[in-house]
This record gives sequence, structure tokens and C-alpha cells, in this order.
Amino acid sequence: MSQQNQPELLSGGAMLVRALHDEGVEYVYGYPGGAVLHIYDALFQQNDVKHVLVRHEQAATHMADAYARASGKAGVVLVTSGPGATNAVTGIATAYMDSIPMVVICGQVMSHLIGDDAFQETDMMGISRPIVKHNMSVRNPADIPMMVKKAFYIAQSGRPGPVVLDIPKDMTIPSQKFPYDYPKDIKLRSYNPNAKGHPGQIKKALQTLLAAKKPVLYSGGGVILGRASDELTELARRLNLPVTNTLMGLGAYPASDPQFIGMLGMHGSFEANQVMHNADVIFAVGARFDDRVTNATKKFCPNATIIHIDIDPASISKTINAHIPIVGLVKPVLQEMLSQLDKLDAKDDGKLDQVALANWWNQINQWREVHGGRYQQRAELLMPQAVIEAVHRHTKGDAYVTSDVGQHQMFAAQYYKFDKPNRWINSGGLGTMGFGLPAAMGVKLHYPDAEVVCVTGEGSIQMNIQELSTCKQYGLGVKIINLNNGYLGMVKQWQDMNYDSRYSSSYMDSLPDFVKLAEAYGHVGIRVTTPEELEPALERAFALKDRLVFLDIHIDPKEHVYPMQVPGGAMNEMFLSKTERT
Amino acid sequence: MRHIIAVLLENESGALARVVGLFAQRGYNIDSLTVAATEDPTLSRLTLVTRGDDQVIEQITKQLHKLIEVVKLVDLSDNAHIERELMMVKVKASGDQREEVKRCADIFRAQIIDVSPTTYTIQVVGTSDKLEAFIQALCNTQILEVVRTGVSGIARGERSLAL
Ligand SMILES: Cc1ncc(C[n+]2csc(CCOP(=O)(O)OP(=O)(O)O)c2C)c(N)n1
Ligand SMILES: [Mg+2]
Repeated sequence: MSQQNQPELLSGGAMLVRALHDEGVEYVYGYPGGAVLHIYDALFQQNDVKHVLVRHEQAATHMADAYARASGKAGVVLVTSGPGATNAVTGIATAYMDSIPMVVICGQVMSHLIGDDAFQETDMMGISRPIVKHNMSVRNPADIPMMVKKAFYIAQSGRPGPVVLDIPKDMTIPSQKFPYDYPKDIKLRSYNPNAKGHPGQIKKALQTLLAAKKPVLYSGGGVILGRASDELTELARRLNLPVTNTLMGLGAYPASDPQFIGMLGMHGSFEANQVMHNADVIFAVGARFDDRVTNATKKFCPNATIIHIDIDPASISKTINAHIPIVGLVKPVLQEMLSQLDKLDAKDDGKLDQVALANWWNQINQWREVHGGRYQQRAELLMPQAVIEAVHRHTKGDAYVTSDVGQHQMFAAQYYKFDKPNRWINSGGLGTMGFGLPAAMGVKLHYPDAEVVCVTGEGSIQMNIQELSTCKQYGLGVKIINLNNGYLGMVKQWQDMNYDSRYSSSYMDSLPDFVKLAEAYGHVGIRVTTPEELEPALERAFALKDRLVFLDIHIDPKEHVYPMQVPGGAMNEMFLSKTERT
Repeated sequence: MRHIIAVLLENESGALARVVGLFAQRGYNIDSLTVAATEDPTLSRLTLVTRGDDQVIEQITKQLHKLIEVVKLVDLSDNAHIERELMMVKVKASGDQREEVKRCADIFRAQIIDVSPTTYTIQVVGTSDKLEAFIQALCNTQILEVVRTGVSGIARGERSLAL
């Protein structure tokens, strides 16, 4: 063997960093500490993998997560043992609930100390077990390249999810070197994630859709994760299906398309929830019949035949029974449907029931008139919906929009009409306040030329406000739209509706001066308190290309999010305003 | 309904915790669980006895499948199968009792595997029902201790759960 072919000898720490580079990782988000000092030293000694120093480990996880949501590739987090790892827990759970690929590298105390309650020892394998797709602990430094490969493979394939890699400090000692060889691919006998869908089931699904009189396409985050928007859009158009997206699926089908009927579920559009309830065929693609979608499962869509495509068999017939289950990655399954449709077309076969569909669309268009996303306009107070519409105009509908959790999140989902996938980035499953700003940072870092907007509330933004400092260090010019209603608005809305407006701890006294706060961190702050001030403020904010601008926008503190499903009701039972219900 | 699920699992540390954790997190029942390495030391074989309606059992098997370390599994209750459990019972046995306990053990084809002047330790192998029947049969005897292994199961005939 020639000298060049000899594998290079590297320490565990250096192998880890090299493996990340070989995996194509550009950025790692993290925070140093005792157990990961060898790894940080290895990072220092190379320039391929760049490290972003956050101000709290939770932010590192959300940055990695949002990068994954925007790019489709796993984000990477590096934290120390003990408190570093536990600070990452909320972010790992956030990614897990939304099936986001992520690799979280956690330091651990030295192997011989594990179990001794050593300084900064926590059982991260145990803590993370219920909130990861998989976790692994390194036992032998020589295994590091293989384990990194395995971590990425598991995180990114099948139904994606976070993977935790727990690395005891003695696995990364600089003086102990091992031959480095990064595996090209990896096979696991116990894990085969690439289901293509059963052709017979796919045929049955297509026949059912062709015969449908009142069909609906209900698509979720799986279409975004599975990069199948084009196939979904083509199929929907060819079958003339009304399309509704879940909160996680927004952008998978263009919102400006006439066949789009809006988001469904708890704060879904009147028409989307009506269409679902009255449908004879529900074509669910990469969606999981979440309780925020179905409302009471017993009353769910009584007349529908349900076709369900999902890569995760456990998501099929979990809460709602599927009549035609198809286990497979959405993209190849939809491609197969399209090619079967081509064949039918070629034979001049498989015609749609045009008359029934025309009647169905008539009915849908009538439903569209009922609520139509209307909201009260006031001369003296800014309405949150109007702010989102203005942001949409100023960004030409082309921004990456991240959000926190609360009313502002629902307004953003309803009124920023997403035409492209991967642009709407929010914590749907866990509903993590504090997600928005770090998420915006993760996207901006990778897409510096793109407009990145964080829609937040004065409650949520304070959960990770310290990251304004990280933004300054890395020049992350995100635009923060703080829909400041002075309340934990979503909590207040429930208290208005169910607790006779007893505002138990939903009012925040002593809010900071956000403009001064932004300035203290070295950014630009703009306060907007009247409707006239909005346009010039947005003008100015978006003209400041590379600056972080914090827009503190004071909105009507009394506004509620509507439509809202009546708790315990069917899909189509909704409040349409403070005074109307279906 | 009672189901017996047999699982082939990577014999790695933490894998068993994942299986048990799954049941705790999702609120599934475990009546019993047995586990040991197989003839291939890289694989463990589990037998899980659980209860639930069809929908719950379907979720249990799907969720188990999702665990990366689960290689294969089968619901043995779907087909003819054999199940066995081993129990050791320590009973008070003195005077007249000694003879009566011995007779009872013979009827159940149980074996007395340890003896002291005042006690017997009896081993019984069989289905869970048989083990329970044996305990019932000992109703006149003072039971000092019962230890059961939990059920192990295997399919009848040529079907087998292997790689
Ligand atoms: C970490 C966390 N804690 C608590 C909640 C519960 N929660 C949901 S919405 C909300 C209020 C959010 O207030 P704000 O950020 O001001 O948004 P608004 O609803 O006023 O737009 C709360 C407390 C949560 N989702 N996340
Ligand atoms: Mg608020």
C-alpha cells in the first residue's frame, strides 16, 4: 500500500469534525464547556466547519432545526454535558414533534465517571430517549466516523427526526489517534426507510379519487419534508382537487392558486373545514390527523373514504382509520400516481366526474364567501392581520417567515400567503415559544441574501431575546415583527372564551422598551403605534438590507384569532367572530 | 385481548430501555417481558405479553417497528404458538403438609427443587394459566414466596422468527 493510501491518523475530536465536513456540514451551532473542549480545540484547528456561538443552547437547536426546515438537510448542534445538554432538550423535542432532521452532539463526562454523579453528568441518553428518533453513545473513538454517518443517515431518511450522539470526553483525547475513514454509505439490518408504496394500493387510491364527487386533498408537513410539492401540485391540478394544507404544510401548494382553500383545523379557514367535513374522499398526503386538525375524532368527517400516504406506518390509522393506506415516501408515491394517470389518459380512460366536481366547486365558492378571512378594520388601532398583509406586500410574498407561538403565529399562517414550500418555519407540534428568533437566524445564516422575517409576540420574543447578541456577532440582518398586544394573547383569548375574561397571569407588566433594547444590542429598533406609521416603518426596515431591525408594532390588544373550531365539535363547527358561530 | 409479541432486537445497551420506555410513554400495558441473547450474540429475543384492542395492538407493533434497534417482530397470537413460563414457589411444608404439597406438585408435574425441614421450593413450567391453577391448588398451604419468569413464546410448526 502506498503512503498516500494509508488512512490518516486523527484523534476522536478531529475525526468528529472531519466527519462533519465529509458529511457536507458547513455550520455547527453550539456552546462550549468542559466535556467538549477537545472537540472545540479540533474545531479551532480547521476552517471547513464553522461554529456559531449562540447565547443559550436552546437557540442552537432551533437554529439547526430551522436550517433543516429551509434546506432539507440535517442541522448540527454541539453542546457540553449536563446543563448544556439539558438546555438543548426543548429544541430537540421541538424538532422531534415536527420530524425535523437534526444531529445533536452532546459532550459527556469521561466513561469511567459515568454513573458516579460526576460534575456536569446527566444521563442524556435517558433524558433524550422519548424525544429523539434515535440516540447513541460512543464507546470507542475509532467508531466515531461510522457513528456520525449513522446519525445523519437515520436523521435524514424515512420519517426524519433528531438524533443525539453522546460523546464521553475520553473519546476525543487529542493524543489518542485512530485511522480515519469516512464510510460512503451505511446499511442497517434493522432499518429500511425507503418504502415506495404498494402499486396496487396506489391504483386503488387513484380510482377512488377519479370516482370522487366531493374530494379534498389534505396535505401536511410530510410533503415539505419529502420535497414533493411539484408532484402534489401537478396531481391536484390534473384531478381538479380543492387543496388544504396543515399548519406544517403551508407552501406545499401555492396559496395564490384558485384551488387552494386555506389552512384547515383549529384556526383553519371556514371553507377548508367545511370541505373536509362534507368530503366523500379525503386524500391525506404526509399529514397525521393531528388533534388540532381533526377536532373531535368521533365527529370527524362522517362520510369520507380516507386515502392516507405516509412514510410512517404508525401515523396511519393512529387516530383516524384509513380505508386506503399507502406506506411510502410521498414523492415516489405521487410520481407513481402521476404515471398511472398518464397511462389512463393515454387510453382515454379514467375520466373525472366533471358534473359532480362543478357542483362541488360551486358549493366551495359559496363557503368562501362566508368568512373569507375578514377582520375588523379600525382607524385608530393596528390590526395584526393588516400588519401581516403589509409584510407580505413588502417582501413580495417571497420571504422566509419564522414565527413564535401564539396569536401572531396563527395570523402569520393565515395572512402570509405562502406560495413556496420551506418558507414557513414554525413549531407546529410542540408549540415552542422562543423558537422564532433563533429559527430566523438559522435561515439567515445560510441564505444571507434572502429576506428573513420573524413574526413574534412580546411574550415569545423574550424567551430567547439574548440571541440579539448572536445576531450582532454574525451580522444576521433578520427583520423582527413584534406583534405587541401586551398580553400572552393566545392565553388571553382562551380566558376570554372560557373563563369570563379572568386574565390569570396573561398580562405582562413592565415590558422592556424594545426599541432601546434592540439598540442596546447594536441593532435598529422602530416603534409603530398607529396605522399611519406602519408603511414608512416597513419601508425603512426592509431598506436596511444587512441590519437587524426590530419593529415593535403595537396592535389591538383585544383581537382574537378566527375562525376557531368549537372544542369537542366536528371539523365544521366554528366560531367566526366574537359574536358568530356556525 | 391478550397478545404475545416476539421481538428480535439488536443486542446493544439501551435497546431494551427503548422498548420498555415506549410502553411507559405511550401508556401501553406490559403483563410480562422476558429477554435474553439468542444463539447469535448480536441479537436478543424478547417476548412481550400485552393487552389492548386491535387498534392499540396495531399501534404497539408499529411503534415497536419504528425503534431503530428492532430487527423483526411477530404477534404470536395471530397463529398457533407455544408459550411457557417458569415459576418457583417456596411454601411452608411441615408435618402432614409435606405429603399434601408433594401430591399437589406431582399432579401438576412440578418438581421439588429444594427442601428444608420446614419448606419446599417447587418449580412449575407451563402456560400462565397452569401456573395460576397451581397457586390456586396450594390454597391450603402457606406460600412464602413466588417468582415467575414471565412468558416465552415461539410459533408452532415451520414458521420462525429469525433473520
Ligand atoms: C415555552 C412555552 N410556554 C408556554 C406556552 C403556552 N402559550 C402558548 S401561546 C402563549 C402566549 C404567547 O404570547 P405572545 O408571544 O405575546 O403571543 P400572542 O399570543 O400575544 O400573539 C403561551 C403562554 C408555549 N406555547 N410555550
Ligand atoms: Mg402578545
